[in-house]
Amino acid sequence: MSSQPRATNRVPPPNWVSTRNPCKACAPLGAALVMRGIAGAVPFLHGSQGCATYMRRYLISHFREPMDIATSGFSEATTIFGGGANLRQGLQNVTSQYHPELIGIATTCLTETIGEDMHGLLHEYRKMKEGTPSPALVHVSTPSYTGTHIDGFHDAVRSVVEQLAEAGATPSAYVDRFLNMFPGMVSTEDLRFLKDVAKDFAVPVTLFPDYSETLDGPSMEKYEKIPEGGTTIAQLRATPSAKASLELGRTLRTKNTAASYLQEHFNVPAKRIGLPIGVHETDIFFAAMEKLTGHKTPDKYREERGRLIDAYVDGHKYLFGKRAIVFGDEDMVVGLTSLLAEIGVIPVLCASGGKSGALARSIAEVTTHVRGTVAVRDGVDFMTMAEETQMKDLKPDFLIGSSKGAKLARELRVPLIRVGFPIHDRVGGQRILHLGYRGAQQLFDLVVNTLLEVKQDSSSIGYSYL
Amino acid sequence: MADILRERERQVHRKGQANALPLDCEKQSVAGSVSQRACVFCGSRVVLYPIADAVHIVHGPIGCASYTWDIRGALSSGPELHRLSFSTDLHELDVVHGGEKKLYAALCELIDAHHPKAAFVYATCIVGVIGDDVEAVCKRVSLEKGIPVLPVHSEGFKGTKKDGYRAACDALLQIVGTGPTEEISPLSINILGDFNLAGETWMIRDYYARMGVQVVSCITGDGRIDEIRRAHGAALNVVQCSGSMTYLAKSMKEKYGIPFMRVSYFGVEDMSKSLYDVARHFKDKEMLKRTQGIVRTELERIIPQLAEYKKALQGKRAAIYVGGAFKAFSLVSALRHLGMTTVMVGSQTGSKEDYGELREICDEGTIIVDDSNPLELSSFLEEKDVDVFIGGVKERPIAYKLGIGFCDHNHERKEALAGFEGMLNFAREVYGSVMSPVWQLTPRKRGNSLEVVK
Repeated sequence: MSSQPRATNRVPPPNWVSTRNPCKACAPLGAALVMRGIAGAVPFLHGSQGCATYMRRYLISHFREPMDIATSGFSEATTIFGGGANLRQGLQNVTSQYHPELIGIATTCLTETIGEDMHGLLHEYRKMKEGTPSPALVHVSTPSYTGTHIDGFHDAVRSVVEQLAEAGATPSAYVDRFLNMFPGMVSTEDLRFLKDVAKDFAVPVTLFPDYSETLDGPSMEKYEKIPEGGTTIAQLRATPSAKASLELGRTLRTKNTAASYLQEHFNVPAKRIGLPIGVHETDIFFAAMEKLTGHKTPDKYREERGRLIDAYVDGHKYLFGKRAIVFGDEDMVVGLTSLLAEIGVIPVLCASGGKSGALARSIAEVTTHVRGTVAVRDGVDFMTMAEETQMKDLKPDFLIGSSKGAKLARELRVPLIRVGFPIHDRVGGQRILHLGYRGAQQLFDLVVNTLLEVKQDSSSIGYSYL
Repeated sequence: MADILRERERQVHRKGQANALPLDCEKQSVAGSVSQRACVFCGSRVVLYPIADAVHIVHGPIGCASYTWDIRGALSSGPELHRLSFSTDLHELDVVHGGEKKLYAALCELIDAHHPKAAFVYATCIVGVIGDDVEAVCKRVSLEKGIPVLPVHSEGFKGTKKDGYRAACDALLQIVGTGPTEEISPLSINILGDFNLAGETWMIRDYYARMGVQVVSCITGDGRIDEIRRAHGAALNVVQCSGSMTYLAKSMKEKYGIPFMRVSYFGVEDMSKSLYDVARHFKDKEMLKRTQGIVRTELERIIPQLAEYKKALQGKRAAIYVGGAFKAFSLVSALRHLGMTTVMVGSQTGSKEDYGELREICDEGTIIVDDSNPLELSSFLEEKDVDVFIGGVKERPIAYKLGIGFCDHNHERKEALAGFEGMLNFAREVYGSVMSPVWQLTPRKRGNSLEVVK
């Protein structure tokens, strides 16, 4: 018997005005990450010096890689008289220091509040530089008082595509019709997985953003000013020539995305599916790939799927009826919830600091088999999650989400399984594979082994075989 | 050699170069230079962060609160309110209509929920722009709740990190002088500018206790509001991290006539000198004797162990890039104690005097730099073939990418590096970084060849 999950609002938590231990970061951070995924690009924040530095630090703590973000560095005078001069000087200095092919500019709360006219300022700058070789300039509006880092991420993807897309442009490297793929904010290993899949389906792909190399590069003898890798400008210009766009993220339905832009303006068919996490969502992904390419899913993936389901069977007893709190970025939460639901874990609380408006519906879509109640909370922080856990006596067996849940896990005395972003208290967070059957395999093993460890450690006997 | 931006040429100096100009410093960072500095807000947040029984609320959009949640290693022996992140999380409508109501409500609910001894309200960039009267809201809540509610004017763009220190000190000055000073010994001090990272303040406090000095308040390390209220009763202010706290010490001198002295707790020499300086200040023979005893005991314990590390580290090259230049002095001498040479040293916020002193204590050819950036730093590391880089989280990946050892000497560290014991930890950490076999595998040491090394 299956029951539809219900939204549970029976005991409304007190209506807190403040945000206490946030489960989100601000929009320009996501935009800066996207810009790092463009080949030869330097991310640039139009605002105060601190924004760039704090975001660099935050991203470095996860990726453990150099992450240079330039800034126009507002002063008091700039704030009063406008940031035009600082922007110009900043762009010039970035150009002369880094020799970039592109500078990706994101605004901040300060510049949005004082109403900087970015179109006008950049137009002026381009005019001033006419005739001299200059990097391409793209910009995205990311007022930090709207949305989260995830909104900044998707808005940046869309803005870059909008500003670079040229009808009829085709990258010479692509002999066949190619696909656009907009993966959302996933790990470097996830990005590599998606590129592998495209290769195995023998379809050229424009994956954007692609920070799989720029933020997970090798040890170097000489410092690279701009790390190798990323989606090329030529690829981005040609996005309107793709045979289709595949974008990942069920909660994107409420957003104006790059794929929807290309569909609307260039008739590139857009296909939106969830992040392929777990068997169900990955099946949907491969079905979409088959349809978009006309090729069958290579045996390699069928074999991975077979092994995964075999593993599910081997481990099911340790999991059935276990209770989990899932938190983080909305689409990551949806994917993880789908995985947990299909292995018999009850996602007792699915929570995110994001507020796309599509979380509850997306969770409902992937939890039709869950026996029990799934509470969905969007726009929440960690203290609210803690209160809800206590008030509703959720009794989770584990938490799954970013490092930000470490404090909550400690209070609840349950393990935290670290996935998503950010992971800044373990190494290798940037290399976790979440996607595909192999990603599900790794997550599954991690979940089972975490629970086995608890069982073994808390047992007075400490069985050697479990 | 680095491509140094024209605007920054006067902020880089090589000791011994012919055209030795006085180093330019204390300037706003050059736009587009990718400075390692943060902003005014950061300066304030750093100073006030360790006050553990106060609620710290960041007034602005969510980012500033997110990026500073539990970011530092400042420990508390009791309450841990400082490790929580509170924000008014301003949204679009708040920006249009103003954030005062939200701030008022947020303050009230947080004070009711957590019963803090005080509340600090950090104004971020847009607060000034949208015209919120933070001062008025704070006054009102303070009256209603009966605790100090202090605005910290830390709008990010209003200067540099140093201005943030000053804004924090201004807030502190409103608390100092509001508590009783009875039962404070004439042999008493406040510890200023130690942040109790990894419990460092506790170690320092213990030395002072053994000397017979009463510590009235640590202000910022394991800080408590009631102690800060009484701080004006101390006989002496002992200031470390002079960049952030000298202003507070000077103000307390003016207002309460408390003299102050600068110290450093890093490295054997500076640590010993600090204790002796305090003892000499009090002109107490018994205290001086006790101090000699402490220094002797501690040195006897650690010197032989340090000597072992020195054997391995002799002749290795170090680079330093830290927030305040004052710490750099101690690091240069601590590294020298380990047989190492400092080939590059820089800071985010040093003053002309600081850089002058660095030039004095460094060897010929040492690069001295103010407000540097990743491209400059990486080129200095390459040029000087550095073995270990000492800095903070943002400098770490620069070193690691190049296959160079790194030692975190910033606020995120988990190892106590101050005091005598701290010197031992420091030596151990530098040793562990320099001697790891992983460097032998890096392209810097052996290229990218897969050839089997016999």
